[in-house]
Amino acid sequence: MPISEKSDFHMQDRDHLIQHSIPQLLRWRVDATGDKVALREKDLGCWNCYTWNHYYEFVRKAGLGLKKLGFGKDDKIAIISDNIPETLYMAIGAQAVGGVSAAIYQTSLPNEIGDILEYLNVSIVFCNDQEQVDKVAEVRAQIPFVKRVIYEDPRGMRGYQADEWFMFIEDLYRLGEELHRHDPELFDGLVDQGHPDDVCHYCLTSGTTGLPKGAMLTHRNYINMGLQLTEVDPLEDTDEYVSFLPFAWIGEQMNSFGVAMATGISINFPESVETSMDDLKEIGPHFMFGAPRIYETIRSQIWLKIDESYWLNRFVYRYFMKIGEEAAGYRMSGKPMPGKLKFLAWLGKQIIFRPLVNQIGFLRLRRAYTGGAALGPELFTFYQAIGVNLKQIYGQTEIVGIAYMHRDGDVRPDTVGKPLPGTECRISEEGEILSRSASVTPGYYNLPEKTAELLEGGWLHSGDAGYIDENGHLVVIDRISDVMHTKDGSMFSPMFLENRLKFSPYIKEAVIFGDKQEFVTALINVDPIVVGKWAEDRGISFSTYMELSNQPEVAELINKAVRQINENAEKPHFKIRRFAILYKLLDMDDGELTKTGKIRRKFVREKYNDLYEALYDADVTEKKVEAFYQYQDGQTTTVDTTIHFYTMEENK
Amino acid sequence: MTNLIVSDVTLTFGGLHALSNVDITIEPGLITSIIGPNGAGKTSILNCISGFYHPTRGKIHYGERNLTHASPHQVSNMGIARAFQNLELFRGLSVLDNLLLARHQNLKYSIFHAIIYFGKASRLEAENRSYVEKVIDFMELEPYRREMVGNLSYGVQKRVEVARALTLAPQLLLLDEPMAGMNIEEKEDIVRFILDLKKEWGITIVLVEHDLGVVMDISDQIYVLDFGELIGSGKPEEVAANPKVIDAYIGEE
Repeated sequence: MPISEKSDFHMQDRDHLIQHSIPQLLRWRVDATGDKVALREKDLGCWNCYTWNHYYEFVRKAGLGLKKLGFGKDDKIAIISDNIPETLYMAIGAQAVGGVSAAIYQTSLPNEIGDILEYLNVSIVFCNDQEQVDKVAEVRAQIPFVKRVIYEDPRGMRGYQADEWFMFIEDLYRLGEELHRHDPELFDGLVDQGHPDDVCHYCLTSGTTGLPKGAMLTHRNYINMGLQLTEVDPLEDTDEYVSFLPFAWIGEQMNSFGVAMATGISINFPESVETSMDDLKEIGPHFMFGAPRIYETIRSQIWLKIDESYWLNRFVYRYFMKIGEEAAGYRMSGKPMPGKLKFLAWLGKQIIFRPLVNQIGFLRLRRAYTGGAALGPELFTFYQAIGVNLKQIYGQTEIVGIAYMHRDGDVRPDTVGKPLPGTECRISEEGEILSRSASVTPGYYNLPEKTAELLEGGWLHSGDAGYIDENGHLVVIDRISDVMHTKDGSMFSPMFLENRLKFSPYIKEAVIFGDKQEFVTALINVDPIVVGKWAEDRGISFSTYMELSNQPEVAELINKAVRQINENAEKPHFKIRRFAILYKLLDMDDGELTKTGKIRRKFVREKYNDLYEALYDADVTEKKVEAFYQYQDGQTTTVDTTIHFYTMEENK
Repeated sequence: MTNLIVSDVTLTFGGLHALSNVDITIEPGLITSIIGPNGAGKTSILNCISGFYHPTRGKIHYGERNLTHASPHQVSNMGIARAFQNLELFRGLSVLDNLLLARHQNLKYSIFHAIIYFGKASRLEAENRSYVEKVIDFMELEPYRREMVGNLSYGVQKRVEVARALTLAPQLLLLDEPMAGMNIEEKEDIVRFILDLKKEWGITIVLVEHDLGVVMDISDQIYVLDFGELIGSGKPEEVAANPKVIDAYIGEE
C-alpha cells in the first residue's frame, strides 16, 4: 500500500500506521514532515537539531554500513550507550536491513555483557565511548561471534585503532554512503521488505536472579502501544520529549520507538547523564515518563529551596499549598470544585505555582507518568497541587511498558488506572493479573519453556498479584512470588511496607524482613540530602553518611516516622517491631539493587545476615560491625562501626 | 616540536639556595614528572619556567626562545600554561566565566566593537566560547558550567583549574600537584585526563606530584630534587632503583 501521500497525515486515520514497520514509518514521516525537527542533541553547550530528513539519512548510512559488514536478516546488534541520536540510528538502521537490536544497560559489568552477547548471539556491538568499549574488549575471548565493535566517541580509542575489530562510526557511515551511491534503490527496497510482525528489538527484563531474559518485541508491539497511549492522551507532532531514561529500559524505547513513530514528537537528548535535569529545564517537555525516584528527588529539591527561601515566599507557598492540595482532591476525582476554592487555586497558580513549575522545567508539561514502582499518595497530591498532572501507569516489558493508566480527572493514588483501549484484563484464580493486547510479546528469545509459562492460555502472565476495584481500576499488590508469610501464616507484602516507609521524606530506602518470623523488622537507609539538611539545621555535626546514620537524633527522627506508620497499619502484623539504620546506602554497584533500583532481597538478607539475626534477637541493642567498601578500581577498605537496634513500643 | 631546556639554573633568596645548578630537559609529547620531598624546589622550578621567578644564574630555553627573564604573560603567549596547586580561580564567577576570562588575551577587539558587539567582537566571542566548550567537554565539566566556582567540591575545582590552563591552548602544560587532597576516584579521573591530554591533544606535560604511585605509573621521564639539587633522573624504573632517591624519600637509619 502506498503510504507516502501527505493527505494520509491526519490524526483520525492513524489506524493504518500499525500496518508498518518502524523504518517504514520513519520513511513515511520523512515524506509527510521531512523538514520538521525530529531529534535534538545538546553538544558543546548548543542544541543541534536534526530533521526527519537527517534522521532517515543517518539511519540509511548506519543500516547500509552494517549491510556492507555482512549484517543482514535476523542478525543482532547490541547497543551499550548513553542516550544519543546514534543509538536510534544504529537500532533502526539494523532493523531496516532486517536485523534485530538489543540494548544493554551502561552500568553492566564486563562478564554480564559477555553473557548477554553470548545468549543473544550478537554479531555487532555499538558502544558510545571508551568505557563501554573497554568492557567489551575485556571479554573478547568469550565472544568470538562478535564481528565488530562500533564506537561513537573516538576519545581514548587510539590504542584500539590498529585493530580492525573496532570501528569508528564515521567509517561505518562512509561504508553505508558508498553502498548507497553504488545502488540508490537498495535501502528503500530493504525497508519495503520489513513486516510489522517481524521481531525488531530484544528488550532485556531485569533479572533479580541470573541472566536477564530477552523479550522479543515486534514493530507492531511498539507502534500499537504508541497509538493506544496517545488515543487516551493525545500528543501533537510539535510536542517535545526529553530522553533521559536508560535506553535499555522499556520505558525509554516505548517512547523513542513507539510514541515517537506513532505521533511524530521531537526527541531531545541531554548533553550528559549528569546534566539531564538542567537540559530538561531548557527544553520544557510536553510529556515525560519516569521512575518514582525522579519525582521524589524533584520534590525534595523543591522543599529544600522553599525552606531556604525568605519568609514571604515560605508563607505564600504554605498557604497556597493547602489550597492546592484541597483543589487537587477535586481535580483527581473529577468532582466539580466550589467557586471560592476554584478562585483561590487559580490565584495560587498565578502567584506561586506557575513560577515554581517553570523553575523545574514543567511549565509546558501536560502529563507526567510514573511507573516501575509505587509512588506515595501524598506525592500525587503534591504534584497535582502545584499543577503537574502526574499519573500512574502500569505494565511490563512484555507488553511494551504501558498497558494501564490513570485517565485525566480520575487519578486515584492507590490504583494504577484502567486498561488502555484494546487491552483486556483478567485476574486469575490465584489472583494474578493477566493482560491481552496487540502489544504483547511473542515470547522470550530462545527460552520456549519460559515463554510457555509467560503466555499460558494466550494471556500475558504478569507475576503480580492484584485485583480490580469497584471503579474498574486495577490495584497491584506485589509480586506473587514476593508475598511473605509470618510464622502464624498471615500474609504481607514486604514491598508494600517498604513503600510505606519510603513515603517518609527522611527514608531513602528500606528492606523489610519477617518471612516465617513472628514479627516484621526493617533495615533503613536515611535520605542523605533531606536528613543531612535536617541535621545541619539543628547543628548536628557529621562528615560522612555513616556518621549521619549513627546520630541518636536521626534515630529518634526515624523512630517517629516508624511509629506513625505503625499507627496507620491496616493489620496488626504489618507493624514494624524492630529496626536498624544501615551505615551505607544500598547500591547497584554492590549488587544490592537491580539495575532498575529494586532491592535484591535474597542477596541483601545474606550480606547483612549479622544484622538480620540481631533484628530478631530482642536482647541486642547495639552491635559492632565491619563496614566493607569497594572502590571502582577494586580496592577495598573496612571501617569499624556500631549499629544500634531499636524496638518499637507496643501500641495499645 | 620543541624542547624546554632548563640549564644550570640556580635560584637564591638571600643566602637560601632554593635551586642549585639544576639541569632539566623536557621533551615534547611526553609526561615529565618532578618529584622530591617538601621544600625540595619543585614549585620553584615551575615558577622559574612560568616567569614568576627569574633564576639567579643559568638559562631557560623553549626551543629557540629564551625565557630566562620573560614575564608570566610572555611565557603564556609562547604556549606554556600552568595549573596552580592552590587554585587561582575567581570563586565568585561561574565555571564558564572563569574559562572565558582566561582567554581574554585572545580577544583583540576595540572598545567600540565591544560597545556595539557586532562584527569582530561577536565573532571573536563566539570563537572563544566554542573553544571553551571544547575544553568543558574534554574535562567533563558540563554539569557545572553555570555553577559558581566557590560552591563546587574541591575535586571539581581542581578540574576547573586544569581546564583554565587548557583554555590557553598550550603546547606545554605545567601541573602543580593536580591530585593533592583528592580521593581515589577523583585521582583516577585526573590521571585519565592527563593521559588523554598527552595522547589526544599531543600536549607536553610537566607534572609535580606527591603521589608516587601515580607518578611511577604515567611518567615517561622523572627528575628528583632534594634541597634544591637534582639527585636523580631517568625512566620510572631507573629512578625507583636509584639509592640516592630512596635515601631522600625514606631517609637513613
